[in-house]
Amino acid sequence: MSERKPTTALFSDPLRVVNLGLSSFAETLRASRVPVIDVDWRPPAGGDAALIRIIDNLKSDDEHAWSATITAANEKAIEHLLSAEPHLIGIGIARDVVPGMTDRTLLHAGPPITWDAMCGPMRGAVMGGLIYERAASTPDSAAQLAASGDITFDPCHHHQSVGPMAGVMTASMPVWIIENVTAGNRAYCTLNEGLGQVLRYGAFGDEVISRLNWMQNELAPILSQAIEKHGPIDMRSLLAQALQMGDEGHNRNRAGTSLLIRELAPFLVRLSEPSESIARVLEFLHSNDHFFLNLTMPAGKCALDAAADIPGSSLVTVMARNGTQFGIRVSGTGDRWFTAPAPIVDGLYLPGFSAQDAAPDIGDSAITETAGYGGFAMAAAPAIVQFVGGTPQLALDTTHRMRSITMAESRSYQIPAMGFRGTPTGIDVLRVAETGILPAINTGIAHKEPGIGMVGAGLVTPPFSVFADAARALAESLGKQEKDQMAAS
Amino acid sequence: MKELIVERNRYFDSVFLMRISSELEKLSGVTQAVVAMATPINVENLMKSGFELRIQDEAIRPADLIIAIDAESSEAAACVHDQLAKLLAGGTGDEASPSAGASPTSLDAALAADPDINLALISVPGIHATREARKALHRGLHVMLFSDNVTVKDEIALKDDAINRGLLMMGPDCGTAILNGAALGFANACRSGSIGIVGASGTGIQEISSLVHQLGGGISQAIGTGGRDLSADVDGRMTRFGIEALGCNPDTNVIVVVSKTPSPTVADKVLASLAATGKPGVVHFIGGQAAQLSDKLETTGTLADAALAAVVKSGNGVPEVSHPAGHPSPIPTPTATSSTGVSADSETPKQLATITGRVAGFYCGGTLCQEAWNILTQAGIDVSSNVAGDKRKKIHPETEVAGHVVWDLGDDAFTVGKPHPMIEPSLRDSRVAQAGADPTVGVILADCVIGYGAHENPAASLAEAALRAIDAARKDGRRLIVVASVTGTDQDPQNLHHQRKILEVAGITVAPSNAAAARWVVHGMKGGIS
Repeated sequence: MSERKPTTALFSDPLRVVNLGLSSFAETLRASRVPVIDVDWRPPAGGDAALIRIIDNLKSDDEHAWSATITAANEKAIEHLLSAEPHLIGIGIARDVVPGMTDRTLLHAGPPITWDAMCGPMRGAVMGGLIYERAASTPDSAAQLAASGDITFDPCHHHQSVGPMAGVMTASMPVWIIENVTAGNRAYCTLNEGLGQVLRYGAFGDEVISRLNWMQNELAPILSQAIEKHGPIDMRSLLAQALQMGDEGHNRNRAGTSLLIRELAPFLVRLSEPSESIARVLEFLHSNDHFFLNLTMPAGKCALDAAADIPGSSLVTVMARNGTQFGIRVSGTGDRWFTAPAPIVDGLYLPGFSAQDAAPDIGDSAITETAGYGGFAMAAAPAIVQFVGGTPQLALDTTHRMRSITMAESRSYQIPAMGFRGTPTGIDVLRVAETGILPAINTGIAHKEPGIGMVGAGLVTPPFSVFADAARALAESLGKQEKDQMAAS
Repeated sequence: MKELIVERNRYFDSVFLMRISSELEKLSGVTQAVVAMATPINVENLMKSGFELRIQDEAIRPADLIIAIDAESSEAAACVHDQLAKLLAGGTGDEASPSAGASPTSLDAALAADPDINLALISVPGIHATREARKALHRGLHVMLFSDNVTVKDEIALKDDAINRGLLMMGPDCGTAILNGAALGFANACRSGSIGIVGASGTGIQEISSLVHQLGGGISQAIGTGGRDLSADVDGRMTRFGIEALGCNPDTNVIVVVSKTPSPTVADKVLASLAATGKPGVVHFIGGQAAQLSDKLETTGTLADAALAAVVKSGNGVPEVSHPAGHPSPIPTPTATSSTGVSADSETPKQLATITGRVAGFYCGGTLCQEAWNILTQAGIDVSSNVAGDKRKKIHPETEVAGHVVWDLGDDAFTVGKPHPMIEPSLRDSRVAQAGADPTVGVILADCVIGYGAHENPAASLAEAALRAIDAARKDGRRLIVVASVTGTDQDPQNLHHQRKILEVAGITVAPSNAAAARWVVHGMKGGIS
């Protein structure tokens, strides 16, 4: 009888055991030299019985229609993500290049939010953005204008864009243009202003505005010309190199910034611009380790956008925070946001600041983790392991843990310390909901009051409920799809 | 044949690629293999060594990956491509391992780490147990499910699912198994041999397998089924499947089945399965009678008799040889022992000759307690127990009992919020110590289960309690007798001989088996040596 074969095989094969539950059982087996893996077991779906049923139904091993739909949809989605080739093709002015951008539109990080609900740094950045656009002349008048209803607030993510921290983008700002040459879609992001008193942390003083003006009038035009002379820059290749030089593409961008300078320097010096101007550009790039962040973010965004809107797919395509709420989007549920209050970042603080000064989690930069680097590539960045507990081992553990909730390993982004395995890529919302393992997100921390700036950096744990909500919605969407198909046939 | 391939925009570290190139060149039939980033120097060198670069659309760039292969045949080249894909995917060797804190958090993650896993040992809370067990079965794993609080409906579904897949579903509520010589859960280190066991009773399996070992026999496999398997509802599903599996297993020559007494229809099915294997079989239904059912099949009255019968049938045991001097054989004289195995009389130690007062038994093993109750009851002694087979004698835990009594302290009613006394014996041993103050108690009966999963030194704990009890009685001018047996082997971490010695030094009378301990008490109460 063929069906009895496995039993017979058990008696002749060496015993190899997985232990779920009491660790003492695993110890007993180890004492007998039986190979055993002791699972750090925890109740599925945080113990939510109804959610477990939904997940089991969606992931059923039986030939359930939903299970097959999800598998096929995810294969398609992850292939789009893995095969994306983001190229930096130039710099444009938001008004001219960002879809749907108008002079009265102000884009911000995270899920949709109204002026009333914005946190301190977000408000500060909005005020600064309006002053920069000369729509208001003082902080007070800017606040009045913001509250008046004359300004359209919209998430960057609704405009193929991303922005770090407050993520404020206004019509006159220069933006990076990244094109995913595989799928042909584009993504946009402002240029990074550096640290200290900066708009993205809610500062809006004269120093901030004059820097933004300089970026618009000197930095962007010069960089734009250099890129034009250079030709498109392959971001995937640069980021792959940066990950092998100690970056993870979110909280550490020193290597990536250096690589970008190396790439552009010959073209910069050949421009017919005053050498003093070119020197200012190079000095600015050199003084800002995070300059590259505003490129890794839209690179991730255009890769993920290519994987969005695939019915049935459980791939997380957006994780973003507006300082008030943490939100995600999932490929199979399209434009819908799943949100919960933004958590406080567990982090390390700059001298003179503490957790009491921190604003809740803010920024679109979690797009890096969503795309398979940032916190997910923590093992690549030993220099910043302080953020995850201080040891390289914990960095390895963090990356390793993310393999439990991702669909694939990157073909491009490798981690030397892990035998050059690819970074865990493509968050599966069902696996997050089932295992309760939450994405590890590296992030900066803004002061809760506008205008003060960065107070620290650390690791943020997203709220579980957004993943649970998305899993439920995905189940509903599949049920609806099934009904529609039945009605049509 | 030489070929050159360009893959656009795939960056890899140059040292990483050098290692890959050298790996590829080790493949047979490969003259040269170069994998490199397409820097001008690399491209120039390859051109010099005779590779042709044919790029139609646009110029080759340093961010491109070039793969140059000079192989003797297209098969060898194909082999290079296969190997290259694997090597580029990384993770082929010296991966820094995650720390203990990063152990897998799910069954699937564990399977990703070791795809050759063939058994899942599950002891998660009952409400989650069915789901994990089903998952494991669907991944092709055999399952041992220690958890209880699984519904009968779920148990049946899991077992049917397993049987359809040709997998063992041991449990729910299964704590003991021996597979391929490895002790799982609460089990003893036994010699490998030809006796296979299928058991719905954990301590039953432990007593039989330990005695088989002591008698010089060995265990091929011991399959636990969970206590409910032979109930009318579960219908002996896994017991019968286990019997069939052992029937097909060439290393098993004798099959032993141990369980509580099942319903007659289930019993018939089990016996039919056993007969169908064509192998000699020994069945012990606890509380049942000894009988020769056919030339190959017999039932026995005690666990010890089941072990002996199995060893005799296997023909491998040399009972007298396997015992150090001074220790009686678990079953006195195998050749002279009838199937009812009541020949212990002559060996009853002299100190038990005149027992006065009542019997108080304190057990950690449920089946061992039941066996004691059966032996005392069958001998005409009126004894109560929380595991009594007779409803009229069944008492609830914490009932005050004036007469003879044997308690199973592993009963859920005793262990709420406390570890099982097999793991932490103080729950049982404190009662042994207290019994010394009770002037009506003349003899204390106890078990001492060792092996994997059990307390690291249960004899020491029992010995200390017995000393206190005996001392208290002596101060009161009474003589208190303590009789115990040790379930285990000389290969267990605690060591059978050491454990027996500890008990003897404390003045405990140590019997060779659980059944023998109960019988000795019976004989002592009936007036001693006749």
